[in-house]
Amino acid sequence: MIKEIGIFIVAVILAPLIGGFLSGIDRKLTAFIQGRYGPPIWQPFYDVIKLLYKQRLLVNDFQVFSAYMYLLSAILSVGLFAIKGDLLMILFIMSLGLVFYIAGALSTKSPYSQVGAQRELMQMLAYEPMLIFFAIAVYNVTGSFNLAQIMTHGKLLLDLPLMFILLGLVLTIKLKKSPFDLSASEHAHQELVRGILTDYSGPYLALIHIADWYELVLILAMIAILWSQNLVIGALIALATFFVDIVIDNITARMTVKWMLAFSWSISILFTIVNIAYIYFRR
Amino acid sequence: MGLKEFVEKSFKKSPWVLHYNCSSCNGCDIEILACMTPLYDMERFGMVNVGNPKHADILVVTGTVNHKNKEVLKNIYDQMPEPKVVVAVGVCAATGGIFREAYNVLGGIDKVIPVDVYVPGCPAKPEAIIDGLYKAAEILKEKYEKMGKAEEVLK
Repeated sequence: MIKEIGIFIVAVILAPLIGGFLSGIDRKLTAFIQGRYGPPIWQPFYDVIKLLYKQRLLVNDFQVFSAYMYLLSAILSVGLFAIKGDLLMILFIMSLGLVFYIAGALSTKSPYSQVGAQRELMQMLAYEPMLIFFAIAVYNVTGSFNLAQIMTHGKLLLDLPLMFILLGLVLTIKLKKSPFDLSASEHAHQELVRGILTDYSGPYLALIHIADWYELVLILAMIAILWSQNLVIGALIALATFFVDIVIDNITARMTVKWMLAFSWSISILFTIVNIAYIYFRR
Repeated sequence: MGLKEFVEKSFKKSPWVLHYNCSSCNGCDIEILACMTPLYDMERFGMVNVGNPKHADILVVTGTVNHKNKEVLKNIYDQMPEPKVVVAVGVCAATGGIFREAYNVLGGIDKVIPVDVYVPGCPAKPEAIIDGLYKAAEILKEKYEKMGKAEEVLK
């Protein structure tokens, strides 16, 4: 029990450091691809610390509550993952926090915030089925939703190659990368001002950035357990997926919400059916 | 390095820039946009172009103030959280330039909001704008330090 609490605390402290470092690499690599020099690798930490010490400007009190709930659920899901909890439970806690994040943006009167929140809902609708399908496919191979039991199967990647591609897609949608950067107008596009983040400002925006880092680490960890025989190789696979996502972000243009829904639903249903059929034929 | 020093450094290293075109001729604006291109790349100082006054630290204004847009400028300035810095880019924003005597023009933007850095030029060169923004980031750090001192006095 004490050991588990220790792992929980270590994971909760380490995850935002890794997430912030990875998003710093993201910005540097994006700058490299665009032929720029780019910001220092620690830039995301400077941004978040600066935001934490800015003046508080609130539209309403519910925003504070929802920003804290989003952070709390992200922390809890990463912690539960670290102590090898239940995969379905982790997914539900993660989406609970996102619901608060969206409700906080919907609670303001700004039309930009409203449209951004609607688009974020659509993005959730696009990737939540993929995560559930992933859990189902993992259950089909291992017979359990418990991470400790899932991780006794060393090379899940060989059984679930298509679900691995789906997880890469989830990462792209979740990080709001092109062609799915719909809800928050990433990369200073500004057609929705800042979309769902418009009315979160100062310290509360910082909390949301930190929660995003937790979720990035969570999705990468989900990819890493596909090779749980040797977690170093798993982590390398996850990092490779992350870099492919950055490259995709830089070489594609933004698509519409309708296209995203049609694409993600058709591809997730197709890949899941093919992958589960493959598992049955291999037996 | 203690936490206090790191926070101060963060303010200097991460100024988010909001650009407002205050009836400018678009000459200075394209020079500001040129600062973001790979040739000048202002992101290496951590400067990000944001479209939301609630996220911004530095307000970059180009052009003269007239009776129509003085309220808009004041409104944008008021929406920015403290600490904040204003940079006037180009002679029009600094003094009114060649439009100074026009019947609809109030003059430089310092008639409406307090200005910290003036960047001269018609249009201002991208190098000069980046220099001005870097000075503005240093002023931002100083303002944060003063904010901390004011809070201590109020306690």
